[in-house]
Amino acid sequence: MSLFDHKLADLQDLLHKKEITVTDLVRESYKRIADVDGQVQAFLTLDEERALARAEELQKKLSSDSEGLLFGMPIGVKDNIVTKELRTTAASKILGNFDPIYNATVADKLHAADAITIGKLNMDEFAMGSSTENSHFTKTRNPWNLDAVPGGSSGGSAAAVAAGEVPFSLGSDTGGSIRQPASFCGVVGLKPTYGRVSRFGLIAFASSLDQIGPITRNVEDNAYLLEAIAGLDPNDSTSANVDVPNYRSALTGDIKGLKVAVPKEYLGEGVSEEVRQNVREALKVLEGLGATIDEVSLPHSKYGVATYYLLSSSEASANLARFDGIRYGYRADNAENLIDLYKKTRAEGFGDEVKRRIMLGTYALSSGYYDAYYKKAQKVRTLIKQDFENIFENYDVVVGPTTPTPAFKIGEQINDPLTMYANDILTIPVNLAGVPGISVPAGLSSEGLPLGLQIIGKHFDESTVYRVAHAFEQATEHHKLKPEL
Amino acid sequence: MTKITTDEVKHVAHLARLSITEEEAAKFADQLGAIITFAEQLNELDTDHVEPTTHVLEMKNIMREDKSVDGLPREKVLKNAPDHQDGQVKVPTILE
Repeated sequence: MSLFDHKLADLQDLLHKKEITVTDLVRESYKRIADVDGQVQAFLTLDEERALARAEELQKKLSSDSEGLLFGMPIGVKDNIVTKELRTTAASKILGNFDPIYNATVADKLHAADAITIGKLNMDEFAMGSSTENSHFTKTRNPWNLDAVPGGSSGGSAAAVAAGEVPFSLGSDTGGSIRQPASFCGVVGLKPTYGRVSRFGLIAFASSLDQIGPITRNVEDNAYLLEAIAGLDPNDSTSANVDVPNYRSALTGDIKGLKVAVPKEYLGEGVSEEVRQNVREALKVLEGLGATIDEVSLPHSKYGVATYYLLSSSEASANLARFDGIRYGYRADNAENLIDLYKKTRAEGFGDEVKRRIMLGTYALSSGYYDAYYKKAQKVRTLIKQDFENIFENYDVVVGPTTPTPAFKIGEQINDPLTMYANDILTIPVNLAGVPGISVPAGLSSEGLPLGLQIIGKHFDESTVYRVAHAFEQATEHHKLKPEL
Repeated sequence: MTKITTDEVKHVAHLARLSITEEEAAKFADQLGAIITFAEQLNELDTDHVEPTTHVLEMKNIMREDKSVDGLPREKVLKNAPDHQDGQVKVPTILE
């Protein structure tokens, strides 16, 4: 039994009863990393010395009034979230030696909440990918089957929590990058409403879609972590001035009379029969708890993937222009002049998937193509957003699968971009509409790989999303399943 | 199927400041052609009277107080620069 089989509230009880110390929690994390991370390869950088020093410091304020919400909790942070004086690479060669001089707002908030950063987690380079195979450094493995991908792009964040290396992690989600790996690894991952969590210090991929969010072993812990990181930030003008509620108080277990919409497109073509059957069983559980279930339509969801790749790549082509070898990061040798320096640095510093998307975005934004591709995609985004607005006039949540299939094998899709992109068909519309969505464990496939249930809510209504996720979790045993490592 | 030529790929790569080999240009031409063809399914939709979405939340003109704040100290700014001299970032010749 690991200490991390306990939820946050129980761990803090053990701390207060003096049965464990904060140092025990931090040591538990590094011990587990030493035991299994050679196989899982979730972490890129560890921060053991400082984490242990911080544990001692925190232990001194145990049971004082100033204990933060996440007091003593070990956490892993995705490597596209900048952490002061802790190497931050976005899993790219171009930032391989980047040593940030400031903290992302979420990193400051974790510190203020008395969490302890254990290290930085692997990902697809610049968060572009669905398998974590696009990391420049290493391929993270799925703890349930080491030949399978953990999903992506927050593959390290999901795998580390599933493997019991840390009880908490942060990921980022632009088109499904928290929910898809959470689903593949059998953990709980939430993409908050766009604007709920500050993006200051998140290395930008697609600024109108990116959100940082929590990954945990259970819904209650997830609610704690969101509460700690959410809120308006003067350093992010797109963060929303909307009060952050106490999400834990929403976890009542009562969903009687709640109206659940199930889009027929989410149980249609491209979704495996096994996944459909799994969702039907989950819907029976929700019905048994007193929710009403209706089939609805999100007619434009099939256009989500194309819309997403045009918009996110266009935004990425602009955002990644800053990596030029001048002010920070990798610089190529033997450049003849400035333009040559830019070109060589970027050609040597970026991986293929990143180059592909920069070129796609540059093409979509270039003279003569802007209206046909970029502006067209922005218009279709409006239609996809309206699909959700129409449903949410009459329903509390939208429920479906998180992914069309369970985790696939390493190497299986990496040479076929369009097949890889189709992994995100059920998660992308949520980012385009800006609404919150969670993936919770919903059982195992016939091959013993986790399946996830996706619950989507209204703008800024994470409370209802959590309430449904928690009720489902407590009514089932799925979240108790752990991989054998 | 929309065909993207290797010359178009080289042009786009130049705009994006990426040096590219002939071999890569051929590979990316095929892959980008397939992705653009896939994206053209959006033309099935009539969007003549649809407003584009640039931002999902209703917000505009977020201002901060017009008050000066200290910038970062020079040595910190230069800490991650690959090459610097006398407190300045060093780059190759810009004008021949």
